Amino acid sequence: MAAILELEKVSKSYGALKVADDVSFSVAPGEVLGILGPNGAGKTTLFNLISGDVCADVGRVLFGGEDVTHRRPHQRCRMGIGRSYQIPQPFGGMTVFENLLVGATYGGAMSEAQADPVCIDILEKTGLGKKANLLAGSLTLLDRKRLELARALATQPRVLLLDEIAGGLTEHEAVELVSLIKDIKMQGVTMIWIEHVVHALLAVADRLLVINFGSKLAEGEPDAVMNDPEVKRVYMGIEV
Amino acid sequence: MNAHVAPQAAAAGSPPKSSFSVERSTRLGTATMVFFAVSLGFSVSMPFWADASHLRLLTELACYFVMAQMWNLLAGYGGLVSIGQQAYIGIGGYALIVFANMLGINPFFSVLLCGFVAALLAMPISQVVFRLPGAAFAIGTWAVAEILRLVVANTTALGGGSGVSLVALKEFERSTRESVTFWISISASYASVLFVYLLLRSRFGLALTAIRDAEVASQSQGIDVKRTKFLVYLISAFGFGISGGLYFLSNLRISPDAAFGVSWSPLIIFMVIIGGVGTIEGPLLGAVLFFLLSKVFEDYGTWYLTALGLIAVIVTIWFPQGLWGFVAKRFDLHLFPVQRRLRLLRGPSGKP
Repeated sequence: MAAILELEKVSKSYGALKVADDVSFSVAPGEVLGILGPNGAGKTTLFNLISGDVCADVGRVLFGGEDVTHRRPHQRCRMGIGRSYQIPQPFGGMTVFENLLVGATYGGAMSEAQADPVCIDILEKTGLGKKANLLAGSLTLLDRKRLELARALATQPRVLLLDEIAGGLTEHEAVELVSLIKDIKMQGVTMIWIEHVVHALLAVADRLLVINFGSKLAEGEPDAVMNDPEVKRVYMGIEV
Repeated sequence: MNAHVAPQAAAAGSPPKSSFSVERSTRLGTATMVFFAVSLGFSVSMPFWADASHLRLLTELACYFVMAQMWNLLAGYGGLVSIGQQAYIGIGGYALIVFANMLGINPFFSVLLCGFVAALLAMPISQVVFRLPGAAFAIGTWAVAEILRLVVANTTALGGGSGVSLVALKEFERSTRESVTFWISISASYASVLFVYLLLRSRFGLALTAIRDAEVASQSQGIDVKRTKFLVYLISAFGFGISGGLYFLSNLRISPDAAFGVSWSPLIIFMVIIGGVGTIEGPLLGAVLFFLLSKVFEDYGTWYLTALGLIAVIVTIWFPQGLWGFVAKRFDLHLFPVQRRLRLLRGPSGKP
């Protein structure tokens, strides 16, 4: 099947610092790709390059076969690229429900009347139903992470970029999150998930990609990648 | 504006498990609107019984209302901290001279045209200042206002540096002139508040509030931040153009220094910051406070500005969200409710 998202030899540097170095990979429709790598490896940079928050210096980003390398973030969102932020960025002065309305009406291009039931549905699925009328700025970290996911879902993404949404969760919460993400996967949403909580990631991911110093270190079946000696050395600090 | 939706009426795709309503109105909000209407009626009747000097003062206050509301929209919501909106006050003022004095258009009607001229000129100006990031934007807007001041000061047809009088008003009787000016000012101030209120309640308001709260995240939620800011800049220019036209309609005389002077900016910023940036009520409260302070202290010369500065420092230290921002947060008080409150009528578990 043709890839829904493809990065072709993408590079990005800030001065002498190469944050993405000739990265190429593709994601098939419906697939969940997990991204691993040490802190500062350039994982979030990849997301920024895909979502358009940062533009590639070299290379191309293709979405649904279309070159989106120079599209602006809101255009990519409307095309179907939804993202969450590692450090939650809620619209603090708006209610949780209104946060979702923004995504649904702008990213999802719905009228408010259409968006209302869709947002309620997402709120209930993500466990935010009872907090719909709270100001997003008053949420706890866990709920802010839930909101990041809920808001990204409200934009009706075809590809969903999840940036460390399981970090800081208890075991029980992580299990809940995994089942939620499996549900989203069942609906046919393609996902790329950056996560340090490896067991959560392994429960869902079809394939893994490991990044180090801005470039691709390993890619493939989860088991094979996790057993790769180089990955063990770089990511888990295990000398083999 | 409450929308009740039954479960079966929900959008296709993912039907919700419960029916719900989205509530926009609050009792306090309705009370505000009633007060709004009554006070408007009261204000409109004032020229028939009030003292002319009071009308002049209220005309000035009405101009401040418009300016504060427009600067708040620009900076508080659009994140565009401009210290050069006097460019549009000046453009409005001089547009009035051109329309009324030179082209012979009815001066009262001209005030409306002033707004359009300001918005029209804001288009090319925005193309320049929007390229400047952060603080450079603020300085850039000021520079534009200064350039306009110098251009007008060197244009003999517009009276040069010493300015020009609004002679077109001579054909009107004094009482007519003062009454009509007052009515237009009142209309403009009420319209500006109502406009911002309706704007914030609309879908566009969702985008504006989102940009106010988290600009980067709002882009990746599908909001065209650049375009939204551009529109806000035009709206603000329109409002400042009208208030500039009004101010000098009431003043009868205009000079480049008075019209494009940078002293406008601290005064307007004072009103919005003291009152509470990013709220509708704040700029209104700030404008009233500024107006009262300026009338009480105006005989004290430079001490007056010193006092204003001192108040600004004290308020920003102890009430960083402004006086209204403090009240709103402390007592959860919203005279102009823009929030959508979701009410699930029958939850999935059968509980409301």
